[in-house]
Amino acid sequence: MMSTRTTEIWVGVFVAAGLAALFMLAMKVSNLSALDEEDGFTIEARFEDASGLKVRSPVTMAGVRIGRVVAIEFDKQSLQAVVRMRIDRRYDTLPADSSASIYTAGLLGEKYVGLEPGAGADECEEAALEAELEGREPEPCEGGARVLRDGARIKITQGSLVLEKLIARFVSQFLESGGKKEAAQ
Amino acid sequence: MLDLLQNLGRRGLGVFERLGRASLLLVQILAGLHTLLPRPRLVIQQVFSVGVLSLVIIVVSGTFVGMVLGLQGYNTLVDFGAEESLGVVVALSLVRELGPVVTALLFAGRAGSALTAEIGLMKATEQLSALEMMAVDPVRRVLAPRFVAGFLSMPLLAAIFSAVGVLGGYFVGVGLLGVDEGAYWSQMQDKVDLYDDVYNGVIKSLAFGWVATWIAVFEGHDAVPTSEGVSRATTRTVVYTSLAVLGLDFVLTALMFGD
Repeated sequence: MMSTRTTEIWVGVFVAAGLAALFMLAMKVSNLSALDEEDGFTIEARFEDASGLKVRSPVTMAGVRIGRVVAIEFDKQSLQAVVRMRIDRRYDTLPADSSASIYTAGLLGEKYVGLEPGAGADECEEAALEAELEGREPEPCEGGARVLRDGARIKITQGSLVLEKLIARFVSQFLESGGKKEAAQ
Repeated sequence: MLDLLQNLGRRGLGVFERLGRASLLLVQILAGLHTLLPRPRLVIQQVFSVGVLSLVIIVVSGTFVGMVLGLQGYNTLVDFGAEESLGVVVALSLVRELGPVVTALLFAGRAGSALTAEIGLMKATEQLSALEMMAVDPVRRVLAPRFVAGFLSMPLLAAIFSAVGVLGGYFVGVGLLGVDEGAYWSQMQDKVDLYDDVYNGVIKSLAFGWVATWIAVFEGHDAVPTSEGVSRATTRTVVYTSLAVLGLDFVLTALMFGD
């Protein structure tokens, strides 16, 4: 019979190993460490077609994930898909005129939202540039570049490409050109 | 013909009777749990024999299951040029299914049978009756600590199994077959969700731990107090636990990942 002390030490080792394994599953295997979604701001974009996009799909800029899709709704007024995205708080300097498109990762991969940065030009910068061209002192101007903030909406969007629609367009073009050729002959 | 029907009826009644006795025993155990609080030593002793002594078999089989998953997954995925997703395959199958299920099956063989045999022998040698003679409730003194220990050990064992399996897949995939190390971990982290996958796996293993120890404790307590009865009870524990775990796994999977 093992002494009580040895038994308890072994049980302690067992429990510690179990908790360490759980911790490893949480931190190393799953995506807990990647992004803290609670800590961020929400932006919105309207797409003509959001097929294939899912809640929790990634939102990327320059190929780096900066957030996730949190809601996809249908707007009955504009008949468009309203996609809400939560962006990590660290990335609060995205230009307000950025555009959003729905892309496919790989040939058969999942859909994700890709943001492309806009010029980020604001009235102050334009005014300063103008002033410089005209050779006079730029007037002092308030407010920095306009950035995407909580609740902002991305205006320039490009929805997902549906394979059937693409094929249909090719086929109709092909038929059209074929018809023209026949007519010419 | 009537004999056949009577036989069937008797068996059916027997099943319901056993189910009823098992439920009553569970209620007694749960009602006796509070008496364990001032005596955690009893539970620690049982965690040792149920959990710590199962560690070796869990670690070894976890490693090999992970390695096999790595090999098989690689061979299938490489046809599609998707061997980078090996980490996802290994981690998802382990965390969602194989971790809890295989651990529960091994647990039934290693710890459940031992529990049944121990309790059954205590009954056969009239140790339980002796306890009762000394005004010690055997359900609270003998069964409850074992039940709690099994229930608590299962999720820990399953987590160790999954973690070791992921490492086993890593050794085979990254070490032997040359999958990119960064892709293995990053794809895994991208696709495995803490709530959907890891938490549900833990809930599964809790449910399996509950069922496995319940069956083991009940079969021991309900065993016919002869050497043959104890051996039958031990067999029943392993068979019933395996069936219950696999059936329950389907129900839980349908509930968790059904939509």
